[in-house]
Amino acid sequence: MTVKEILSKVCDPEIPVLTIDDLGIIRDIIEQDDQVEVVITPTYSGCPAMNMIEVNIKAALQEHGYQKIKVTTILSPAWTTDWLTESGKQKLKAYGIAPPIGSVEKADLLGEQNIECPQCNSTNTEMLSQFGSTACKSLFRCKDCLEPFDYFKCH
Amino acid sequence: MTKLKYILQLADTALILGHRLSEWTGHGPILEQDMALTNIALDLVGQARSLYQHAAEVEGKGRTEDDLAYLRTTTDFLNPLIVEIPNGNFGDTIARQFFFDVYNHTFYTELQKSKDATLSAIAEKSLKEVKYHLRYSSDWMRRLGDGTEESHQKIQTAVDSIWMYTGELTTMNEVEKEMLSEGIGVNLESIKPIWTEKVKAVLAEATLTMPESTWMQSGGKDGKHTEHLGFILAEMQHLQRTHPGATW
Repeated sequence: MTVKEILSKVCDPEIPVLTIDDLGIIRDIIEQDDQVEVVITPTYSGCPAMNMIEVNIKAALQEHGYQKIKVTTILSPAWTTDWLTESGKQKLKAYGIAPPIGSVEKADLLGEQNIECPQCNSTNTEMLSQFGSTACKSLFRCKDCLEPFDYFKCH
Repeated sequence: MTKLKYILQLADTALILGHRLSEWTGHGPILEQDMALTNIALDLVGQARSLYQHAAEVEGKGRTEDDLAYLRTTTDFLNPLIVEIPNGNFGDTIARQFFFDVYNHTFYTELQKSKDATLSAIAEKSLKEVKYHLRYSSDWMRRLGDGTEESHQKIQTAVDSIWMYTGELTTMNEVEKEMLSEGIGVNLESIKPIWTEKVKAVLAEATLTMPESTWMQSGGKDGKHTEHLGFILAEMQHLQRTHPGATW
């Protein structure tokens, strides 16, 4: 298995249906001789999952025989939900979290609009709080099926 | 080293306000606001970590981000006073947050142009988070100001009492002047009119009166603090002080 394939099996500890590949936080993989360097970028500055992700990356690579592993964090360019993969978005929805809609520019301009309820697909929804159970989510409610749900906000 | 002091000033500011907001954990007026304030706290502590890591690297003496946060005393801390004043009621916290967010948003926008590549990267990253903070605190200023008679009166009192701490945010000390001349720091003089305009606009929408007083408290950025900082550090640092080197 290539390093990329190994890493594509490492999951986000807080949203375990997503791999770090789905999240788009792997910025580079540098293999030199017997050393491998993985460059990642945090989703949010204070995301407590980042330390865990670093540990999990190292563990996954060690399991496949890599000894010299370095995980480097870079901040620029800053992570954006535009880097979430399509399959990542689908997995989020199936998990009950509404995936980000449209681009960050559009959300900045028009606000978060027409967020679809992951349960009944209605867009008749309203924001309860722009801050949710983790830094990357807002709290919404569906006005048709009345279910509250998390929205993975455009960032 | 002036650059180290400048980075520590930014790091201390984020950490102390983050710590203050974290005191709301479990005490928010309703669950959503509890989560909002503590989410903002988390962002700020995260930003502080990036800044302390950078400071440790710039200093190059083997001190870590933890040493810088946990093993410096009150006079070593270089945050402006506004971030250390107590939370008070929800309105007091919102007013403090609003004044700070307007500053912080403008500040990070400018810091993106810093010649220091790491500071510029931290600014770019943080700005995306601060955008939410500013939207949140501005919304609550309007809601409380334009709300009931009681909420209006309380938030006006908060605005009036915190006002004297706002001047320090946009007044440059020697460290900031030197960093500006080297192209690393931000020109606070140019931020000041932007800050005033933005604050004025939101206060007007919130039907609140902008204080006229021009007398301002200062000293925090040079290590002269209110008595409140000592109590924050006592709580925040006691574990490292009591059990030096303790880790998870």
